[in-house]
Amino acid sequence: MAKITFVDSEGRSRTVDAENGSTVMETAIRNSIPEILAECGGACACATCHVYVDDAWTEKTGKASAMEEDMLDFAFEVQPNSRLSCQIKISDALDGLVVRTPGKQG
Amino acid sequence: MSETITTDVVIVGAGPAGLFAVFELGLLDIRAHLIDILPRAGGQCSELYPEKPIYDIPGFPIVTGQGLVDNLMKQIEPFHPTFHFGEMVEGLETLGTSEHPSFRVTTDAGKTFECKCVIVAAGGGSFQPKRPPIAGIDAYEGKSVFYAVRKMEDFRDKNVLIVGGGDSALDWTLNLHPVAKRITLVHRRDEFRGAPHSVNAMRELVAGGKMDLLIGQVGAIAGDNGQLKTATIKGNDGAAHEIACERMMPFFGLTMKLGPIANWGLNLHENLVPADTEKFETSTPGIFAIGDINAYPGKLKLILSGFHEGALAAQKVHRYVYPDKKLTFQYTTSSTNLQKKLGVN
Repeated sequence: MAKITFVDSEGRSRTVDAENGSTVMETAIRNSIPEILAECGGACACATCHVYVDDAWTEKTGKASAMEEDMLDFAFEVQPNSRLSCQIKISDALDGLVVRTPGKQG
Repeated sequence: MSETITTDVVIVGAGPAGLFAVFELGLLDIRAHLIDILPRAGGQCSELYPEKPIYDIPGFPIVTGQGLVDNLMKQIEPFHPTFHFGEMVEGLETLGTSEHPSFRVTTDAGKTFECKCVIVAAGGGSFQPKRPPIAGIDAYEGKSVFYAVRKMEDFRDKNVLIVGGGDSALDWTLNLHPVAKRITLVHRRDEFRGAPHSVNAMRELVAGGKMDLLIGQVGAIAGDNGQLKTATIKGNDGAAHEIACERMMPFFGLTMKLGPIANWGLNLHENLVPADTEKFETSTPGIFAIGDINAYPGKLKLILSGFHEGALAAQKVHRYVYPDKKLTFQYTTSSTNLQKKLGVN
């Protein structure tokens, strides 16, 4: 179990419980977090669950895989801390994770 | 003016639900044409997750998105459906009455269909190019910002800005290079997903000083009356580059948009089409909605739901297409009549 905070593009923050083994995207959808579309349902095929990982957490969430980097080409305003939230798996180590969501996904 | 295609049913969308509807209609001697904006059958299965395994198709412990589509295509072969790919249904006009419905369907490619019933199997809507979040871009779209090349001549002697790192971006970089005045390719990183020979060809042009490659993202565009003049590129090096460009082509993949379905006079609820659960008919008699696009109490967006919905819709379609024929329910395992249609007997 981990707490995850989503900060939307207007600065509103929402903290929710996340189950170990699930993904940040699934946690967002389950909790109706805005600005996460996840059109493809987690197949790493659409880049509409793009998030910015808070700088304090980028080391723990790790780097995007090659396939994820390819999909990030379809996202907008990509930054070095950009990730697709369907590819970040929740574990105790991510308790307290903060991610920001972009204003536009699709 | 092209001729009008007359058929029993037009199916909007060639994803798994639309494909299986062909099978259920075919068993009842009903002919169908399918129209899809994508260049191939399969909808989301082929477009979003061709290689991903699906685990909840009855009878298939595991099947990939493309594997399922290939099997469906094989299954419906005996019914010879006609596909119209790369076209979007724009207009849907009611011609008949609620007892004897008929419709005129028109596509953005200028085709016209007349049919007795329409099955909307449009999933999440139509796949359309993603529009980059650049302020004011909509004013340029169709005039100097394009998501596809309709006429190469539109790009002759122009400074063309191409954005993206996949095959579309690379192919158009190479194809437009001989025509355009100067091509600038902008991509967010110095790695490209496209076919290696395209990447190499692009790199050679850059090395020879014949085009420009900038690593960064488009920040702003400027021009007037829809005619683009300059773009500002935020380089990954932190610098801002202003470049002259009269044409821009952004390639950020596809996204699903409801599209013209909203204009067809159907009741809509949160971008879904409400349907009954007996025959999956919409508020307009003769128009059915199956698969992810429909809504009813308890709806699950599963492929198997779309199959069930198609089977039930076909029963009612039969009544519209053959008002005087009695429909006897038959099984493919035992009916020689059905087996004949399937070409197995």
